Amino acid sequence: MTIKVNSAECISCGVCLPACPFGAIVWQSDKAYIDERCTLCGACLEVCPVNAIAREDEAREVSIDKRAYSGVWVYMERVGDRLRSVGHELLGQGRLLADSLQEELSAVLIGDDVSGLAQETIASGADRVYLVEGAEYAHYSTDAYTKALAELINLYKPSVVLLGATTDGRDLAPRVAGRVGTGLTADCTGLGIQVETGLVEWTRPAFGGNIMATILCPDHRPQMGSVRPKVFKRPVPNLERTGEIVRVPIRVEASEIRTKLLEVIQVGATTLNLEEAEIIVSGGRGMGKPENFALIEELAEVLGGAVGASRAAVDAGWKHPLHQVGQTGKTVGPKIYIACGISGAIQHLAGMSSSDIVIAINKDADAPILKAADYGIVGDVMEVLPVMLEELRKLRS
Amino acid sequence: MEIFVCVKQVPNTTEVKIDPETNTLIRQGVPSIVNPFDKNAVEAALRLKEQHGGKVTVITMGPPQAEEALRECLAMGADEAILVSDRAFAGADTLATSYTLATAIERMGHFDLIICDKQAIDGDTAQVGPEIAEHLGIPQVTYVSGISVNKDTVRIEREHEAGIEVLETRLPLLISVVKSINEPRLPTVKGTMKASRKAIVLWTVNDLAVDHARLGLKGSPTQVVRIFTPKQRTQGKLIQKDTARAAVLELLGNLADAKLV
Repeated sequence: MTIKVNSAECISCGVCLPACPFGAIVWQSDKAYIDERCTLCGACLEVCPVNAIAREDEAREVSIDKRAYSGVWVYMERVGDRLRSVGHELLGQGRLLADSLQEELSAVLIGDDVSGLAQETIASGADRVYLVEGAEYAHYSTDAYTKALAELINLYKPSVVLLGATTDGRDLAPRVAGRVGTGLTADCTGLGIQVETGLVEWTRPAFGGNIMATILCPDHRPQMGSVRPKVFKRPVPNLERTGEIVRVPIRVEASEIRTKLLEVIQVGATTLNLEEAEIIVSGGRGMGKPENFALIEELAEVLGGAVGASRAAVDAGWKHPLHQVGQTGKTVGPKIYIACGISGAIQHLAGMSSSDIVIAINKDADAPILKAADYGIVGDVMEVLPVMLEELRKLRS
Repeated sequence: MEIFVCVKQVPNTTEVKIDPETNTLIRQGVPSIVNPFDKNAVEAALRLKEQHGGKVTVITMGPPQAEEALRECLAMGADEAILVSDRAFAGADTLATSYTLATAIERMGHFDLIICDKQAIDGDTAQVGPEIAEHLGIPQVTYVSGISVNKDTVRIEREHEAGIEVLETRLPLLISVVKSINEPRLPTVKGTMKASRKAIVLWTVNDLAVDHARLGLKGSPTQVVRIFTPKQRTQGKLIQKDTARAAVLELLGNLADAKLV
């Protein structure tokens, strides 16, 4: 497939040049020309007023029997002996996909003695649970988990596999996709089914959150994607649902696990776990200096929330990168997000725009964060925050 | 130690703006840069070389102008640079890209460590690293914020939601690094001069032992079918008062009305 400008039809209007997110359209002999930077995204196709830009399809040579693949799977990530919320969120979304495809929804549970969690996944919508257990799965390791998930896929041939876009999910998903040789779409924020084809439409932010791209995996199976936490709501558990548990013995020898987890060092205490927090108080460059983050921490504590930070605050060394919210940091979706002294670059907005309620404090009335906020206070954070703490404490007592 | 660093030339997406009238990207004047996290990857490689000796090779797949990105890495101190460039690679998704890069690295014969960055700021997929490791059959550790090597044993710190994981593994290995791993050095004038004279190795499709069906668009399972600008959140209430207290009281009143406090 290529995208070309038909120079006989090109009227040299130049509309397509800025429409290309990759700067791949240049002038050549006074006509628009698409060079090798083209990623075939198709953004130029719609803007050409005279339809001089066209996509030319080439036949693909793929010999996968797509009919052999059926069912939507959700990989359930654990934290210790409980399931991460994102797995449940994906079961809720996976249920919709499975229903519209008229296929079954299954949960994949890997761990040491984790069968007790199976019922939870059924309550969230799974028809079946694939259970792989063994001491070698007590902690996540790329090698053991890749082997287990890839073998399950080869044995049972699902048509769709969803994983949470967490640290471990983003480690596992590409490794598995590489092993089974299929396509993977990272960090999705939207999922749908294309009516004509029954293919999953994976939608994700790209280009620093400036654009959204919808991606298909037409000829390879399974269609795989990682999905950001907190984009979809966790379904209300239905404890009356029943499902089937399929135990699959997949063993991994100790020598096959080439990385060994020695210890986990905690960073901060109540301040982390941003992905699962109901309330997040974040600070940015407008906090002025690192000591002022004490106010952010205090407010988070009063509200029982977690502490976030903008890239600017992390780059300045005021906060550990684990606190960073945004396109290259964490994606969060709390009930209330309070942005303090954060201007609201698009990269930041991409990480927190699925929050239910956004409250922003910024002294610049034109700051983009105020345009994205449900409630915006125009004012100096260093004046507003102490008063807010005082008034909140009054309310509490 | 033979170290390979995979880099990418990207548009500086932090400088991209949206035209409020047409709701499209304003791409003009946006410079191409070395992906910012790549400099952390190069820095990590240079520090390991300084401790253990060896060679640092930077490699990229991209159009001919990606050479600029390689020169910048050479100026930081990398020893060699390889540009994998051919129309046959165009339109590659992460699976086809990783296959091509893995084949190119294999052609070099021996390697101990491959360092990738956390993610590129244009695609943000973070997939190419683990997929290269899979093609080469070597272990991987992602989100690395610290590394030390003692003979074949590697001790690694990894940024995880739960905190910092400390792992032990062995070479050969692929890691992807986060920016907290180090502060990248700036190229020196001398380094830049030296880099401008260095030859960059160019490999086209004919230089690699590849299966053509796995390259470029043809070898890419995923296809982008639509690009659009994201839905923006709409502005709610803007509170502008003379005093901070008046503003806070108004906010709390609003939140109480909405039953949020």
